[in-house]
Amino acid sequence: MATLLKAVPEKTGRWVVEDRNKGVFKVAREAFVSDAIFEKERERIFDKCWLYLGHATELKEANDYLTRNVAGRELIFNRDRKGSYNAFFNVCPHRGAMVAREKCGSALGFKCFYHGWAFNNNGKFATRMGEGFYPEDFGKDGSVDLVRVPRLEEYRGFYFINFDEGAVSLEEYLADSREIIDLVADQSPNGMEIIGGGQQYSINANWKLLLENSFDGYHAEDTHATYFEYLSDYIGGAANDDLSAAKVESRAIDLKNGHAVIEGKAPWGRPIARTIPSWGEDGAADIRAARAELEARLGVEKAHRIADGDRNMGIFPSLVINDIMAITIRTFHPVSSGLIHVNAWAMGPVGEPRLQRKRRLDNFLEFLGPGGFATPDDVEALESAHRGYGNAKFAPWNDISRGLLKDQPTNFDEEQMRCFWREWARRMEDQ
Amino acid sequence: MTEVMMKPGAITTEPVLSRSEYEDFLYHEAALLDAWRLDEWLELFVEGATYEVPTAGAPDDADSSESLFYIADDYFRLRHRIKRLNSKQAHSEWPRSKTLHTVTNVRILGAEADGVRVTSNFVTYRTKNDVTHTFVGRHYYVLRKTDDKLCIVSKRSMLDMDNLRPQGRVSIIV
Repeated sequence: MATLLKAVPEKTGRWVVEDRNKGVFKVAREAFVSDAIFEKERERIFDKCWLYLGHATELKEANDYLTRNVAGRELIFNRDRKGSYNAFFNVCPHRGAMVAREKCGSALGFKCFYHGWAFNNNGKFATRMGEGFYPEDFGKDGSVDLVRVPRLEEYRGFYFINFDEGAVSLEEYLADSREIIDLVADQSPNGMEIIGGGQQYSINANWKLLLENSFDGYHAEDTHATYFEYLSDYIGGAANDDLSAAKVESRAIDLKNGHAVIEGKAPWGRPIARTIPSWGEDGAADIRAARAELEARLGVEKAHRIADGDRNMGIFPSLVINDIMAITIRTFHPVSSGLIHVNAWAMGPVGEPRLQRKRRLDNFLEFLGPGGFATPDDVEALESAHRGYGNAKFAPWNDISRGLLKDQPTNFDEEQMRCFWREWARRMEDQ
Repeated sequence: MTEVMMKPGAITTEPVLSRSEYEDFLYHEAALLDAWRLDEWLELFVEGATYEVPTAGAPDDADSSESLFYIADDYFRLRHRIKRLNSKQAHSEWPRSKTLHTVTNVRILGAEADGVRVTSNFVTYRTKNDVTHTFVGRHYYVLRKTDDKLCIVSKRSMLDMDNLRPQGRVSIIV
């Protein structure tokens, strides 16, 4: 007699359907194109979740500041005179103009150009008013200080904000993604830093499409055939064969709270610490030294995981840290249901020698970013899908069932996306 | 804006041509790009040439060993960029976008040992998927006459924009 399969209850939401009995996981395309759903996401996701603001090394000295839009809100990320990190809403308490209008700089305070109200860089109101216009104790209660973002917390140099005062701590929120962040933060004894000149671009698609794409191993061979042709020529071997071998060993890991990572071994060189023939003997020597340093500092097991593993991680809702042929940190905040503003940065060891930094940045540019051999094709795919979703009324479902019934799904399955969607459904579907 | 003028006493074997000769060359280059005659465009470059597009708003002396660019091609990668763009699997550019490259304000900045520094302003229009995007900025070239033909030793395209919104990508040659 055949083994009776134990029935698993079907989880049917309006937008996310998981039916393990049938091996099917579906997401409604309406979730990508509906303005009403987007408004609900702003309330239930972007106003409730921890959102990446910036990295500690972007503000090297006391008084440094930068301005940044996070999930539609203009913010100031700065260090005050004592060197403490702050996040303020970039809006004058008086009549609302932005008090900082440059991308970055060093400032002891901020002065609004509209009516001249001024603030110390710890946010305190610091304006000398003429007599008789305001009560004597005006502003003493803090009511006209710059408004702080309700929560600002840091993990290993990565600063996050939360617009919800009552949110759980960042560490609790990050859950198992902390272990993967550690694998980046631990790559150098000198610490890791953001490399100058981030990439800012836009995509005419829903933000969740980029989240899915950022850790989608399944699409690589088809979408990025021209990149792998280049790579085969560059590394002097068939990159596609390596890619096929990688499928067997790779795995998708649920990091809890909607975060997930895929981990495997890809054919490209890793600046830390896997060499390729075209980097020559100099490159090989640098890599040997880096591996030895990692092993001595972190032990063999962790050193090998850092050096040999490629990891694409999505942190719910809109942060990706991909530690692949280079390290990229990427946020993708929605402007509307059909428009994403992407910020992408490269990360490398503090004090990395020039030649190694050049290899790292070359590796980044070969694949990643608006002029890379791969990202533009991803953008085309996302925009194409978003246009296709205009047919949602008649062709309503995306299928992301691949590997649903496996004990250990791989990079080339879609479990990592399901981790995201289960959390999305938990927050969005009315029970 | 940095301008390198003729350095007194610099050793140069490169004669400076008239501006109109450089203009003709740049107009020819633009026409090749608009016609997607990319193999011929690549032939304008000497072996070992570089092609760079720093991030929008980067300083003119940005260094691809220290800062993240959009494009920092050595000759090997430039050849692959063209091989890729000739393929229907370069999905971003298939079906091919329509481009119009305009070149203005051509100036000769000076001669150096490796060639003559020439700059132009540019406006490049790219139309794809029913939308036309505009790229504006300045090209900086080092041009050299080899076998009686002008050739590109290096080309750097500075984008005088804040970012790539709404353009989204630099998958054409600007």
